[in-house]
Amino acid sequence: MLGASLLYAIAESLGFISVIGQSDVSFRAYRAALAADSEFWVSLAFSLWVSVTATLLASTFALLVAVWLNNHRTQSDTLALNWNLAFPHLVFATALLLFLSQSGLFARWAASFGLITSTDQFPVLVRDRYGIGIILHYIGKEIPFLALIVLAVLRSQPIGYDVVAQNLGANRWQRLRHITIPQVAPALLSGSLLVFGFIFSSYEVPAVLGIGYPRALPVLALRFFLDPDLRARSEGMVLSLIITAIVMLVAMVSLKFGEKKE
Amino acid sequence: MKNILSYFLRFILYLILIAPLLLFIAYGFSTRWFFPAPFPVEWTISTFDRALNDSRTLTGLRDGLTIAVIVSLLSLLLAFPAARAMGLRQFKGRQLAWLLLFLPTVVPPLAIGMGLNILFLQLGLAGTIFGVVLGHLIPTLPYTIFTLSSAFARYDENFEHQALALGASPVQIFFNVTLRMMTPSLVVATLFAFLISWSQYLLTLLIGGGKVITLPILLFAAASGGNPSTIGIQSLLFVLPPVLVIAFTARELTRHGEDIKEQY
Repeated sequence: MLGASLLYAIAESLGFISVIGQSDVSFRAYRAALAADSEFWVSLAFSLWVSVTATLLASTFALLVAVWLNNHRTQSDTLALNWNLAFPHLVFATALLLFLSQSGLFARWAASFGLITSTDQFPVLVRDRYGIGIILHYIGKEIPFLALIVLAVLRSQPIGYDVVAQNLGANRWQRLRHITIPQVAPALLSGSLLVFGFIFSSYEVPAVLGIGYPRALPVLALRFFLDPDLRARSEGMVLSLIITAIVMLVAMVSLKFGEKKE
Repeated sequence: MKNILSYFLRFILYLILIAPLLLFIAYGFSTRWFFPAPFPVEWTISTFDRALNDSRTLTGLRDGLTIAVIVSLLSLLLAFPAARAMGLRQFKGRQLAWLLLFLPTVVPPLAIGMGLNILFLQLGLAGTIFGVVLGHLIPTLPYTIFTLSSAFARYDENFEHQALALGASPVQIFFNVTLRMMTPSLVVATLFAFLISWSQYLLTLLIGGGKVITLPILLFAAASGGNPSTIGIQSLLFVLPPVLVIAFTARELTRHGEDIKEQY
């Protein structure tokens, strides 16, 4: 046990030391990366927009799916939600690309129904300016994850509250609003924050489903990091540290909520 | 009426779940499928054939599998004693150990990879399979430890004491009692480690430096501007092992599904 966690501490701390070793050359890099006219701000705004929207929509849908599944319990549904694990993010993003691009499967179907006549009439849904493709991807991928969390909570709760409320004449919406949501809120919030942190810091999906400008913060960071110009490299490090700091902050808040529940 | 709606919704749910597979098959095994034909016109296995004879794809498959298998085994070996201590004992610094384990699950692979990139270059590990294996252990170990220690928390050591009292040797106890009772959780833990390693892109890229090629690396390149048939076949090859693994361990998985968090 000690060995394993030590291994971690060493790997982690060495990683961070080399980062810092880089950074005493790079106070200039901080200034450059954070300059008012730098692309950092555009990317930050883009990343925040995508992460917040996707997280909110995914949580909402996950809540509905979980409540619905909880009312129609079967073992196979949990299985179905786990099936999601078989598709790594990269594969799911690729599938979305083949479905939704302007010459993708849906565009072909639209064309054969006579809705459109040429590829450019199909709406730009992936590799678009507003990150719609990326948002759609994360909604699809995170609903099962969050729904499983909510389901776990719902199944551990006595059914009594719901029944009592129903007897007292509460309608479906009132029961959801005043009983179910307060029950699952801490777990869902904690999960959503993790999801937010994950979306905010992940690279593959915005790289595959995004465009050159505006690009997500991790994409910009890696672009800098792999730049042959070594000064750009330290700027990449700066961005990645900023991303890490934000994600850690969010994770800590998430941990707090997770603890309260227990 | 309500039943029909419920069946319909469930049907949609399952359709969404298998749609990607159908899509990859449609693209991967067809040729000259141009806009606006709604379905493939001409089926072929030539793309598949080409992929199986393509040295890059084969290397990607082989190296990816090698790395994922070594990573799963190493994670298991390292995590088992650690999880036992975390699950069964109360000791000073346990809280701190949890926090240390929690860290790599939230620090993005981007930051881990960038940090290790320089370190491994200095150590001469960059571009080697061994280096990539070490890198992958950072995200896999916490998950294996979490899974196993939650199993150990429910584990009753008295079974071991009883075996000892009945005259079993430590080796016998380990294989016949401990290991046997832990098997389901061991399966799930290995599965998590395998999946996380198999689908890892950034860490492989940043540590492997283009010398270690795995399927995600090839797929990523294809997805940013390859032809749809190649993308379809590579995606199929990529999801085949996870799909098989998940299908075979579905039962254990439903119990532990919540343990696996975001890395994957």
